[in-house]
Amino acid sequence: MRFLLIEDNAPLAAAVVDRLSLDGHVVDHAGDLETARDYVATTSYDMILLDIMLPDGDGSSFLTHLRLTENRTPTIVLTARSEISDRISLLDLGADDYMVKPIDFAELEARCRAVLRRRGSSASSVLSLGAIRFDSASGVLHVGAAATQLRTRELRLFEVLINAPGMIFSKPALVDRLFSYDEEVSENAIEVYVARLRKHLAGSDVTITTVRGLGYKLEQT
Amino acid sequence: MTRPVVQGSIRRRLLVLLLCASAVLAVLVYFLVQSVARQVAQQSQDNILTASALSVIDSARIVDGSVMVDLPYAALSMLDSITDERVFYAVRLGDELLTGYAELPRPPRVGARGTAQLSAEFLGEAVRIAAVTRPFATDLGRNVLEVSVAQTLSGQRQTLAWTSRLSLAVGAGFFALTVVLALLIARATIQPLDRLTASVSRRGPTDLRPVNAPVPQEMARLVTSLNGFMARLEASLNRSEDFIAEAAHRVRTPLAVVRTKAEIIQRQIHKPENRKAMAEMIEAIDESSRTAGQLLDHAMVSFRLDSLPRDRVDLRALMRDAVERIRPVAEIADIGLDIPHADPATISGDAILLQSAVRNLLDNAVKYSPADTRIEISLRRDARAVRLEVRDEGPGFPPGTSAALTERFARGSNAKGVIGSGLGLTIVQDVVTAHGGRLHLDNQHGGGACASLLFPLP
Repeated sequence: MRFLLIEDNAPLAAAVVDRLSLDGHVVDHAGDLETARDYVATTSYDMILLDIMLPDGDGSSFLTHLRLTENRTPTIVLTARSEISDRISLLDLGADDYMVKPIDFAELEARCRAVLRRRGSSASSVLSLGAIRFDSASGVLHVGAAATQLRTRELRLFEVLINAPGMIFSKPALVDRLFSYDEEVSENAIEVYVARLRKHLAGSDVTITTVRGLGYKLEQT
Repeated sequence: MTRPVVQGSIRRRLLVLLLCASAVLAVLVYFLVQSVARQVAQQSQDNILTASALSVIDSARIVDGSVMVDLPYAALSMLDSITDERVFYAVRLGDELLTGYAELPRPPRVGARGTAQLSAEFLGEAVRIAAVTRPFATDLGRNVLEVSVAQTLSGQRQTLAWTSRLSLAVGAGFFALTVVLALLIARATIQPLDRLTASVSRRGPTDLRPVNAPVPQEMARLVTSLNGFMARLEASLNRSEDFIAEAAHRVRTPLAVVRTKAEIIQRQIHKPENRKAMAEMIEAIDESSRTAGQLLDHAMVSFRLDSLPRDRVDLRALMRDAVERIRPVAEIADIGLDIPHADPATISGDAILLQSAVRNLLDNAVKYSPADTRIEISLRRDARAVRLEVRDEGPGFPPGTSAALTERFARGSNAKGVIGSGLGLTIVQDVVTAHGGRLHLDNQHGGGACASLLFPLP
């Protein structure tokens, strides 16, 4: 996905850009509202992450500007203030969701998915490989004529794999992507979800291959 | 709120003072009317007595060297005809009695030609005597003829008794009239105060604008002080709110940097023990940020509870909104959220606080639910109450601890390994209590916790 991050705290912005890049996202960073307006005027984004306290104005004025110019890019507000005072007005102004810092990136991913799902699937959310089609927004996997609704963790595992076909993902890397840090999980839990996905993929030309000692990869046979 | 120490009432005080003054005036009026009436009555009696004495003295003449006096019938009959008064008379030439009652008292020093009146006692009765004198020349030389006419006072007493009753009635009427006037005056005097009180107490708890309504001069200083208080209160409230927001910002931003960097490093290290250490670090960051968040939330809740607005809050929309908000978080852990039952329900209160209460309940349920379970949220409304219920399939509350769980920083004994500051249920409890409701924490028969908010309907 292509993100626009509007955040004035430089260390935080740099860290968030790095962190989102790890998951294969492309992130542009704007440190103030003026830069942000230039970015949205020239580039189309899948998601805007908007801080609300910025040096040259309030994030909510940016939202108003955005919606006035008929720009419907989904927006998640990131606030560091008390959740109780800021919330209602921001959602009224046309933000799709908000999160309180510090951001849990698994939660951010889940919220992005939920926002996109609410907006309805777009062309960019449908991925194809061989005979399968996968709509990451709705979580539906089409194998030939059959359609399967994937459950949350299956969906996220499959999303990771299909975004980089042929790439090997280690079990620890997959655990990081699928589980939150306060969950006690063994790496064997991944095997359960891989087995479920293999069942869904049965009969297609796409398989999940185990690379002994390294991890898993998705490939077309 | 402390009730003011009430001592006396301006209205009553004003009324009492006005009534005292009018009672004194009424008594004065009574005596004044009575004394005027007495004087008028005596004056008219004196006039009649003098007139009748004059008519007697006018008839005196000298026949054959001696004094002849007619007692004209009319002169005396006008004295006794109207009332049953007794009439006496005495005619004297010098000190010699010509006719009548010798003992009838004489007024002192009438002179040679004049009239005089006096009140005296005669034959055991109070009488009024009028005496008239005239110089008279006889064969014996110049002398003074004196005619005295006296009348008993029973008629005058009757008149006086009647005027006394009349003046009593006048005094009482005067008093009654002033009571009515005093009531009207007291009310008119108090009115600006009442108006000010009404305009201040009609305000909502968050309305801290200065009082602009015109007030009398005497109340101007009070209103100035009141406005000063309200301005200071508003400034102080705004400062607290700004402070809480600023504190949150200052605490959360560096935590966000640390947490994000930690996630990045986590991706880059492969040694299992290092990964475990890093996961624990992230967990600790989450715990501290959550604690900071809930502390600030709690401060904000306490602050808002002080000036609780009473808006109509659509509880069903609020609940659905809160469920949708937390759904992505629940999905990460493969926890399903269902709303099996949602009656329409509106209560009066603070939407932001209620939202925070419901969010905390849902947070708890998601936090304590194992993966692959469901949480049911329902809203039921009957004639007397609205009940919002959150049921999960987690471990449930430890038996007998539900009261302790709502205390600050208390956590259930089975909360080990779950991030939380223990303030969540305190916030819920505070908000619900402020809205006149109750928080119930129970375990379901089949296992799992059931937390419900009960709001009585008016």
